[in-house]
Amino acid sequence: MSSLEIIIQSIYVIAAVLFIVGLKRMSSPTTARTGIVWAGIGMLMATIATFFYPGVENFALIAIAILLGTIIAGYTAKKVEMTEMPEMIALYNGMGGGAAAAIAAVELFKDHHLPVSVTTLALIGGIIGSISFTGSLIAFGKLQGMVKGTFRFKGQHQINLLLLLGTLVLSVLVVAGFDGNATLVIMVFVIALILGIAMTIPIGGGDMAVVISLYNALTGLAVGFEGYVLQNYAMIIAGTVVGAAGTLLTQLMAKAMNKTLISVLFPFGETTQASGDAVEGEMKPIEAGDAGIMMAFAQKVIIIPGYGMAVAQAQQKVWELSQLLIDRGVDVKFAIHPVAGRMPGHMNVLLAEAGVPYELIFDEDEINQEFKSCDVALVIGANDVVNPIARTDPSSEIYGMPILDADYASNVIVVKRGQGTGFSGIENVLFFLDNTRMLYGDGQAVAADLVNSIKEL
Amino acid sequence: METFIAIYIFMLAAFTGLEVISKVPAILHTPLMSGSNFIHGVVLVGAIIALGMAETNLEKTIGFFGVLLASGNAVGGYVVTERMLEMFKSKKDNE
Repeated sequence: MSSLEIIIQSIYVIAAVLFIVGLKRMSSPTTARTGIVWAGIGMLMATIATFFYPGVENFALIAIAILLGTIIAGYTAKKVEMTEMPEMIALYNGMGGGAAAAIAAVELFKDHHLPVSVTTLALIGGIIGSISFTGSLIAFGKLQGMVKGTFRFKGQHQINLLLLLGTLVLSVLVVAGFDGNATLVIMVFVIALILGIAMTIPIGGGDMAVVISLYNALTGLAVGFEGYVLQNYAMIIAGTVVGAAGTLLTQLMAKAMNKTLISVLFPFGETTQASGDAVEGEMKPIEAGDAGIMMAFAQKVIIIPGYGMAVAQAQQKVWELSQLLIDRGVDVKFAIHPVAGRMPGHMNVLLAEAGVPYELIFDEDEINQEFKSCDVALVIGANDVVNPIARTDPSSEIYGMPILDADYASNVIVVKRGQGTGFSGIENVLFFLDNTRMLYGDGQAVAADLVNSIKEL
Repeated sequence: METFIAIYIFMLAAFTGLEVISKVPAILHTPLMSGSNFIHGVVLVGAIIALGMAETNLEKTIGFFGVLLASGNAVGGYVVTERMLEMFKSKKDNE
């Protein structure tokens, strides 16, 4: 090993340490911010060192590609609204999967005889990376609203299984000595790319967080495998750590949503909207002025934000409203369901951005007993997470999911754009209760109306 | 032997990944997912090596997209994570 190689390898070791320490720091709120910086330094070091890697040429091409990638991703990542973070993670994760697949393709196309173990892992990593690539893009498209609806048909899972078998059989052929046969290799990748699309398209938007997390873990795994192909230990370690951590994270998320990974990945039936009986009673509307008075003279108000608040960009106005109420001596608290929004922690991030202090924000298990003593529960843009049917109807899809007990409050005000159902497609029993009033309109506009009505008092 | 060393590395790295994440509060799930998304951006190192050693035009083309995608993963992942974690700062500093 030349002294240059020793230096490069040493830098990779340091980078691997920085990745792991960075990830560890990111898993605690107090150290999270420095964690990403540590990992970032590791990445910068590893990237620069790689330019001096023996045998690496094509510097102009590499520089242009990095520049382009950096500009595109840097620009979009800086510009995007906080509400759109989940889909951006999906997008960048998909890019990583695509890169892993590209590495596999380049290595397999090269006319050199690789050992069987290397060819095998290159193919597996390439297949996983390809699935993660197109799958993440579909997830991105779904959350952006570019890909609409869930395409489900009978025998879908069997077809996907056939696709998976197809790509695996072709891989075996490649390993068995048809290497150098570019057509076979291309077919492996094409089928894997199609499989990524086919797997993701039947999954509903509400489950996308779990799916993105899964693809994140898969990309990590693919990177680890390609690291073996290139004999690059920094890639093996970073990829495998993310693969394992991502898998655990996926399970934690699925659990918080009261789902299993299997039920997310293999949704059954044409639609899962079979919600049983229609709900009795009717939704009773209220005007912003009346709702404002109701809250202004309350002792205690609990605000329950959901994805609708994020879409309407209403968090600032909601905080302004809360401040007015607090000034009047009202006890205001925010209740956040673990899966409110598109991802766990999504609402916390948004409220923090608007300036809501930590100590006003409560988790579901911290605040649920307080609803009984609460005068007004203001539900803004949340739906399934406050549906009492999760407690009462075993036939419901969301039965058993822990919910926020908003229905126990003396009065419930629901801010909602229209009369539709939530992500799960289930009618919300809460909206039909006697103590519930519906305040229709765009979240931000309604919050502004509420602010004005309280100011006028 | 190299293969077995690699298997040990895979195994130990997997346990490390599980250990690092095991006790994480729900509010950090999204930032952490984003952070780990950034960390597998190390695929950029491999993409540079692949493109750097590419010979034919086909290899160079695929390698080029590999590096482009990988740098997108790394840069986008970093900026998004950083922005998200920035939120956790503003709270404390406001107090």
